[in-house]
Formats: sequence, structure tokens, C-alpha cells
Amino acid sequence: MTTREGGPAMGAESRAVRLYRTMRLIREFEERCLAMSLTGEIVGGIHPYIGQEAVAAGVCAALTKDDVVASTHRGHGHVLAKGADPKRMLAELLGTTDGLNRGRGGSMHAADVGLGVYGANGIVGAGAPIAAGAAWSFQQRGEDRVAVAFFGDGALSQGVVLEAFNLAALWRLPVVFVCENNGYATSLPVGRALAGDPVERAAAFGLAARAVDGMDAEAVADAAAQAVERCRAGGGPAYLECRTYRFHGHHSYEEQVALNYRDDAEVGDWRARDPLRTQSTRVDAATVRTVDAEITALIDEAVEFARAGRAPEPHEALDHLYADGTTTRPGVMI
Amino acid sequence: MGALAYITALNQALHDEMARDDRVCVFGEDVRIGLTQTTKGLHERFGDGRVVDTPLSEQAFTSLATGAAMAGQRPVVEYQIPSLLYLVFEQIANQAHKFSLMTGGQVEVPVTYLVPGSGSRSGMAGQHSDHPYSLFAHVGIKTVLPATASDAYGLLLSALRDPDPVAVFAPSALMGTVEEVTGELGPVPLGSARIHRAGEDVTVVATGQCVHTALAVAEAMAGEASIEVVDPRTIYPVDWETIRASAGKTGRLVVIDDANRMSGFAGEVLATAAEQFDLVAPPRRVTRPDGAVIPYALVLDQALLPNGDQLTDAIRAVLK
Ligand SMILES: Cc1ncc(C[n+]2csc(CCOP(=O)(O)OP(=O)(O)O)c2C)c(N)n1
Repeated sequence: MTTREGGPAMGAESRAVRLYRTMRLIREFEERCLAMSLTGEIVGGIHPYIGQEAVAAGVCAALTKDDVVASTHRGHGHVLAKGADPKRMLAELLGTTDGLNRGRGGSMHAADVGLGVYGANGIVGAGAPIAAGAAWSFQQRGEDRVAVAFFGDGALSQGVVLEAFNLAALWRLPVVFVCENNGYATSLPVGRALAGDPVERAAAFGLAARAVDGMDAEAVADAAAQAVERCRAGGGPAYLECRTYRFHGHHSYEEQVALNYRDDAEVGDWRARDPLRTQSTRVDAATVRTVDAEITALIDEAVEFARAGRAPEPHEALDHLYADGTTTRPGVMI
Repeated sequence: MGALAYITALNQALHDEMARDDRVCVFGEDVRIGLTQTTKGLHERFGDGRVVDTPLSEQAFTSLATGAAMAGQRPVVEYQIPSLLYLVFEQIANQAHKFSLMTGGQVEVPVTYLVPGSGSRSGMAGQHSDHPYSLFAHVGIKTVLPATASDAYGLLLSALRDPDPVAVFAPSALMGTVEEVTGELGPVPLGSARIHRAGEDVTVVATGQCVHTALAVAEAMAGEASIEVVDPRTIYPVDWETIRASAGKTGRLVVIDDANRMSGFAGEVLATAAEQFDLVAPPRRVTRPDGAVIPYALVLDQALLPNGDQLTDAIRAVLK
């Protein structure tokens, strides 16, 4: 029997603290990454998750270590919430050999397969059928495990996601599709992208579909726990739409070029609903201070660890391409 | 062991490996009834959990196989039409293939993509007659193209046992052929060529059904030249050692490959020869034309496919 960390068996207060800690971890990690992206220390930039922390924290609180998640280009929060070591995660972003992926994946592909993190993914919607495939295999083997696919509202226009909904519902796979509807796909507002209501769309496939306040970690955790329990009980897949918002630009690049597609009042309204602040009111002030201090120390340590890492050698560039060690011909012959 | 039909060989490999390894499962359209014959009898023997008829959702079931592989299965995905691979290039080339490197070696994605009936299917026209293996080789996906029944059995078996994604293209022109097999069937390692006929004057590198064209031409030209016929069997990775040794011995090289010329496998063999082999005459290749789209009318369909006359001309050209 596996222990369900943060699951329904835990006392309400300890889950509250746990949710707060996870969100604080993601927030600080992301703020540090954003700064390091702007100085160029993190190459390629990042897609900041700041503002959406309640979703990763709430959903992953309903999962065990044996469950798996497939993530997105905005994946840091999911990877950390599933339990990845922030030191190795940051090392990955700095491209060192200590990184989760030995510096081969970076921000958009960070994975910790041992923890069930099947990777962030640079292609919108690509994780949905992969999570469904993992769920299919759990079902075949009669294992009590669940898969979660995270994706944004933009992914709801990808055919492969809808194909995955169909297969999952048809075969009653233990998979939860978590849509983080943050209102925008890059600059495109969801209202100009989607016909109909996404929840109804999912329900039409036979998914147990509902929307939840994605700025409230407890609400997300409750809804996710229900969806996950339904999967474990063989009740078939679920769709959870978390209505949330990203406080920063789509990508850290946006901090450098002034793109204008959201007005300040809108951003301000959502910032006023900061999920960390909401959660902090559910935890006693002394605990909040302790957690904050712990997380700051942890991130300081992560920065130190990541900066001390070794860069991979150029001749190792295609290592791990083939699991069986097949090597490739060099590109330049002399 | 006697006469073995190509299609039976593929089917037998699936039966044998599924019996040996219960992680192997099959996804595809109409695989329960074995529409293509490749999966015949598998459902009766191995049941619903291992032989899965999918809806017409190529993109989803291709990545479903990826997820299942990451979770410990060894899926085979069958495609009814070779050009469906264009539909799932994202899922194979951009997802499954890249995961091992991108995760720094954390995962293996042992999926086999099986395409029974690749290439022209006489009268199936533009969208059903491509032979897109060079695309897969270009990306670096392990890609095999068996030319005989025993190779079909052995290469499919190796593909199923490989820890990486492997695409298996079974040429439509060969699906109904039979090979007289001597000895036991067994796995054929990926990346190993087969010398079908030894010769001294010209090396013909031939792929898929072109191996049989080359053997017929070599026989017909026996009085004129001694022709060595080499089948790489694996389009990627390539057994360069065997090809180099053969071309080094004969000093002359012709490639015959039933795919479009531009950026194709034949061009790669010629380029490698130009860089590394000691040839006494410029090499030649016989292929479909650049950008060929196979027309419906049979005469036009066949006009675009490499044939024995073209190969004979090419061999004569390198012999000059
Ligand atoms: C299939 C695909 N199309 C386009 C892109 C480029 N792109 C990356 S993220 C993004 C927007 C995604 O929006 P959404 O799914 O809502 O997620 P969010 O960024 O809001 O988290 C786009 C267009 C891509 N990576 N993949």
C-alpha cells in the first residue's frame, strides 16, 4: 500500500500547510528563474508559472509518487509539485550535468521519470495522449495508479487532445485531464479561440468534467482528489478546468519586449486574488513565516548548487540519443 | 525450414514475441480481425488487453503507445497506409524519438511502428503509395526495410526487442512473396547488411523489393559482369562497413532505391561513397524522380518506380 501524501487521509490543516509550502516553493523558484533568465544565466528563457501555483500544488496533492504527470512548456510548477528536487531542477535550467536531465532538456523538457514526471513538453497538447497511454498501461496491469495530463486552454484546439479525450472515455482510462485556463494562449484570448464551453465539450466525450477556481489551492485539491479517486475506483477519466491566470508574460522574453495584449486593470484584478495570499490566510502566521524562511534557504541552496555544476562536454552532445547506446556518425568528416 | 511467406513471417514474429514477452501489445485499426494479415490470430490468442482495435485516431494512439512504453509496455503500432506516418510525424519524430536524449537517458521508448504495405500499391494512387522511410532515417529513427521473409521475421523481432523506437517498413510489393528458408528463423540485428549475391565487378546496393530487381538483373547480366548485391536491410543505422568493403572490392557502385531521389537514402549512400570509398567510376543511383507523387493509371505508377532496365543501364554506365 502506498502512502498518499497530501491525500484525503491527511488532516485538513497539514494539507493546508503542505499546499502553502508547495506554492511558496514554486513561486520563489520561478521568481529566481525569471531574474536569471533576464540576466541570461538561464538561456532560452522560461515560461513563468507565477500566478498558477494553486493548480500544480492542488492537483499534485491528490497524487502519490506512483502516479504520473505529463506537463507542458509551462512545466516548472508541475515538476516541483510532484516532488522533484529544486536543486537538480535549477541545475537543469543552467544546463549542467547535475540537472534532472543532465542538462539535455532544460526548461521545456524537465523530467523526473522516477517521480512519475514524464516531462514538460514543448508541443502544445502533446502530453495528453502520452498520459492516456500510461493510464492504459496501468489499467491493463491492474495497477492502482493514475495519470494526469496538464495543458493550457490553447491545447483545446489541438486535435490530438480531443482524440485523447475520446480514447480515454471510451476505454475508461484512469487519467485526469487538467486544463489550466489562464485566459490566453500567448496573446490570443480564450474567447477568440474556443467555440462553445470547454467543460461541456469535455463532458460531451463522457469525461466527468467540471470547472474549479484555479486561484484556490484547496478548491483545486478537493476537485482533483475527487477526480483521482474516481479514476482509482475504475470510474473513468475526468476533466478539470482550473480557471487561473499568469501574472507575467507568456515567456520571459516578454519582459524584454513590450507586448501589449492585457490591460493593467485585468492583471491587477487577478493579482489581487494571489493564490499564495489566499492560502496563507488558512495557515497560522508563525507557520507561514517558518515555511517562507525554509523555502528561501532552499532556493538559495539550489542557486548555489546549480551554479557550481559542471557543463557537459561538447563531445557528449548526442549521448542518450539511443537507449541501446547506438552512436551516430560525426557531422564533419576529415 | 521451407517456404515462408513474407506476410506470414511478420505475423509469426508478432506471435512469437508476444508469447515470449507479455509486455508486447498491439495498437492499430482493424488489428483484431487482422485486416492486413499481419496481426492475424493475435487477438484470439492474446485477448483484448494486448491487441487493441483503436478508433481512427492515429495521433492519439501513436502517443498512447509512447506513454504505455514509458510505463513499461512494449507496444507495436500498425498503420494501414504508409502516408499516415505524415500524420504522426510529430508523435514519432518529435516525441517518442527525442525522449531518451531530452531526459538525459531517464527513459526508454520501445515502440515498434509497423507499416505493412509501404510503397506503390498499384492503383492506390497519390496518397497511398509513398515509401517515406528516408524521412525517418533523416531524423535518426531506427528504420528497417526487410526484403525477404526471413529478414522480415528477424528484423521485426529485433525491432520488438529494441529499447528505442523502430519503424518497420514492409514493402507492399513483397507482402505476397515467398522465400525458401534454409535453417532456423531468428533475430536479425539492426544495422547489419545482407550480401545476397557475391560479385567482383560492381556493387549494387538495393533496398526493399529492389533487392529482387537487382538479383534478377545480376542473373541476366551474369555473362557481362559479376555483380554483388548488398541489401543494407536497415535504412538507419546503416551497415557502412559491409557496403564499404563491397564497394572497395568492386570499385564500382550503383544504388537502387524505391523512394524519391531528393534527399533520399540512395543519395546518402552516394555521398558517403564520394567521401570515403575508393571507386574507379562515378557511382549511379536508380530511384523514383524528385518529388514523385504516384499517379493512378498503372502505366504512370510503374513509370515512376525504379526498374530492371534502368538498373541495367546504370550498371553499364559504371562499367564503362
Ligand atoms: C502545437 C503547437 N503550436 C504552437 C506552439 C507555440 N506555442 C507555445 S506555447 C503557446 C501558447 C499555449 O497556450 P496555452 O495552451 O493556453 O498554454 P499557456 O501558455 O497559457 O500556459 C504557443 C502558441 C507550440 N509549442 N505547439
